[in-house]
Amino acid sequence: MKLDAKIPEGTIEKKWDDHRFKLKLVNPANKRKFSIIVVGSGLAGASAAASLGELGYKVLCFFYQDSPRRAHSIAAQGGINAAKNYTNDGDSIYRLFYDTVKGGDYRAREANVYRLAQVSNAIIDQCVAQGVPFAREYGGTLDNRSFGGAQVSRTFYARGQTGQQLLLGAYSSLMRQVRAQTVTLFPRQEMLDLVVVEGRARGIVTRNLITGELRSFAADAVVLATGGYGNVFYLSTNAKGCNVTAAYRAYKKGAGFANPCFTQIHPTCIPVHGEYQSKLTLMSESLRNDGRIWVPLKAKDGKLPSLIPEAERDYFLERRYPAFGNLVPRDVASRAVKAVCDEQRGVGETGLGVYLDFSDAIQRLGEQDIRDKYGNLFHMYQKITAENPYQVPMRIYPAVHYTMGGLWVDYNLMTTIDGCYAIGEANFSDHGANRLGASALMQGLADGYFILPYTIGDYLAQAGNSRIAVEHAEFRGCEQAAEQRITKLLSIRGRRSPDSFHRELGKLMWNDCGMARNQSGLQHALEQIPKIRQAFWQDLKLAGPANTLNQTLEKAGRVADFLEFAELMVRDALARGESCGGHFREESQTEEGEARRDDGAFSHVAVWEYRGESTTPERAIEPLLFDYCKPSQRSYK
Amino acid sequence: MNYTLKVWRQARPSEKGKLVSYSAHGISSEASFLEMLDIVNERLLEKGEEPIAFDHDCREGICGMCGSVVNGYAHGHQRGTTLCQLHMREFSDGSTIIIEPLRAKAFPLIKDLVVDRSAFDKIIAAGGFISIRAGSAPDGNAIPVAKEMAERAMDAAACIGCGACVAACPNASAMLFTSAKLAQLGLLPQGQVERDSRAREMVRAMEDAGFGACSNHGECEAVCPKEISTNFIAFLNRDFIVSSMK
Repeated sequence: MKLDAKIPEGTIEKKWDDHRFKLKLVNPANKRKFSIIVVGSGLAGASAAASLGELGYKVLCFFYQDSPRRAHSIAAQGGINAAKNYTNDGDSIYRLFYDTVKGGDYRAREANVYRLAQVSNAIIDQCVAQGVPFAREYGGTLDNRSFGGAQVSRTFYARGQTGQQLLLGAYSSLMRQVRAQTVTLFPRQEMLDLVVVEGRARGIVTRNLITGELRSFAADAVVLATGGYGNVFYLSTNAKGCNVTAAYRAYKKGAGFANPCFTQIHPTCIPVHGEYQSKLTLMSESLRNDGRIWVPLKAKDGKLPSLIPEAERDYFLERRYPAFGNLVPRDVASRAVKAVCDEQRGVGETGLGVYLDFSDAIQRLGEQDIRDKYGNLFHMYQKITAENPYQVPMRIYPAVHYTMGGLWVDYNLMTTIDGCYAIGEANFSDHGANRLGASALMQGLADGYFILPYTIGDYLAQAGNSRIAVEHAEFRGCEQAAEQRITKLLSIRGRRSPDSFHRELGKLMWNDCGMARNQSGLQHALEQIPKIRQAFWQDLKLAGPANTLNQTLEKAGRVADFLEFAELMVRDALARGESCGGHFREESQTEEGEARRDDGAFSHVAVWEYRGESTTPERAIEPLLFDYCKPSQRSYK
Repeated sequence: MNYTLKVWRQARPSEKGKLVSYSAHGISSEASFLEMLDIVNERLLEKGEEPIAFDHDCREGICGMCGSVVNGYAHGHQRGTTLCQLHMREFSDGSTIIIEPLRAKAFPLIKDLVVDRSAFDKIIAAGGFISIRAGSAPDGNAIPVAKEMAERAMDAAACIGCGACVAACPNASAMLFTSAKLAQLGLLPQGQVERDSRAREMVRAMEDAGFGACSNHGECEAVCPKEISTNFIAFLNRDFIVSSMK
């Protein structure tokens, strides 16, 4: 696979400006002649669709939920980073850039990250102007808080509902364009295939989830804003509907898939409680601003937390990482939690949990202050666990949260298929091997508001305006393939539900390709996944027809793709014989148990190319060069 | 724990629906309401019956996708809770639980417990925004907002658009939903320029979509999972009257 990242020449501060000048433009009067499909309506999709609509393009926006406001960006809690330096604590674009590259364990592309930091400030301005009710100081200015992996306060927030408020802001801009008739919404529609004609992405095939109708849509470009693939683990903090289907179909049509093994395990989630559990709930990283994480010093100490004296407590993050304390990056915190639980010092019924304790903060700041900052999170915790976190410490454990891997994109956010773009969590570009807290919202909105609207014009201006009809043989072929697959799923008539296969796959992935990975575990997974897949295609049971709302059928289609995608993920984890960020290979660690990178062998992006049903995918690399942030052993001590 | 469910089943809008009884046995008290439905659905599938269709997504109380009427209450009897955050420990062992869709003329039924709430999107499209192009915003701190105002705007902005307020209202009014957006934007300095037209156009869209009028029952606030205050309805009324006098 030929990879040209198209990184502009020049110093890092000037790359984006120079590039923007060189990008070709589409005449304002001609924009309405171009149609663009946007799949997904989260922060990236909604902001892109709205901005492209504002520019005058004809936009078609597809999503599986009933309203664009429901996309899972809505669940992001803690905040959004920007290099405003409003707190006068030494922040700058360069520092945000540096922190993000370092936080990503030197596996991100410098030029992209610098641009992200550059546009971060405009995002805050945009959201404020939209009416996002960010938290304020008494003087009326914007308030900030701290997040993991940074020593400055640069995170803007709206209580514990920042994602919701930013998404509703993007949604309001989107609905304004719906009213202006530049954007047409297609709710409850799932993309089942990407249509590529003569090497260019020219449309998609969708299934109407209410009527079951398969339909083709043609356009001049296709933007995938379809989120991450964390649900490959079954249990994750993702919404139930999040899936890899759109990205995976693009991969099968020739889009390179980058670093699929880079998944983020978030340290602070409510622990698992039973077999029937359907999802995991995150407790925002912002809680680590005021909460202190600890376990008993003694193994299997069964005492209530209130009965454990200070001297018998181990504040292990503060002990191991005095400089960053409880605010070390997510990958580091998650591994430290796993380590103390492996030593039998975990708390709660399962022993898979640690305390997140607010008693010091409540004593210092008062309960009301804590309530103001985290009220909705405490409320949610209490709803789920029936415990009052104002009185007893929260119990938390790491869970799958975000996927840094995704479709490979160049500097213009275009995949290896001409005219097919990937934005937000769906692409791989900015977070390297570990994403810092409050950076996902930043990246989704950066891509959608301020990057894609510029770069896509360059492509359209060069590709020109050529109409294509959905009667084209390529569209018909994709529709038929989608239909055959649905018929096949319904005709198996076996004994097991889609969920039972999904759970089985999830367990396997968590054990063998989760927080810690090793050669033999990964080999094991590589042997097991095809077996689960085979069982799926022989023993799946569905009910109900294809021509009405059929949620089991939807689920089956998504699980079928996860069952293929999982193998790619494991293959990638196996090939990357180093530890970096969220990818921890047990074979590659320091004496203190920290991740050990191997820059000599792995300072690159791994990009997988689909080679057909029965052929092993090919691994290409994009070398990563660090001209500004010189890779060093990441230290938060 | 064991429960008897009576669930509204309706294959499509054109067919007649009815309550069908199912046994939900051996359910952990720690399971969420939707996990209980998952278990029932798995068992239905095992028997070759079609599972109960219900909307859900984030399962952490924020996306607004879930919501059914449980024992007469939208999202169930627990205050300030979405259906996905309601847990089975809130129901006594052996009880009967009646589950129906959110009913309103403006929310046509799709299947079983799934309804079409796109009328809400139409209300927002009518004016639930501040007209600002990407790229044209002034510095975030150029417009100071009093902390108290920002907090009140946030109280209103917390709406998740689930539609429980409409289902609970005897008039199937969308006043709480509409007023929450109007108040959020109307309380902030950024939202002043379009304040009048916003009130007029959102109220018109609400009426056009077939929602009823408000007659101060207050059922909406009682079921709202985000406990949004009916004070915002007073805000709407004020803005609407002022705007119609201009």
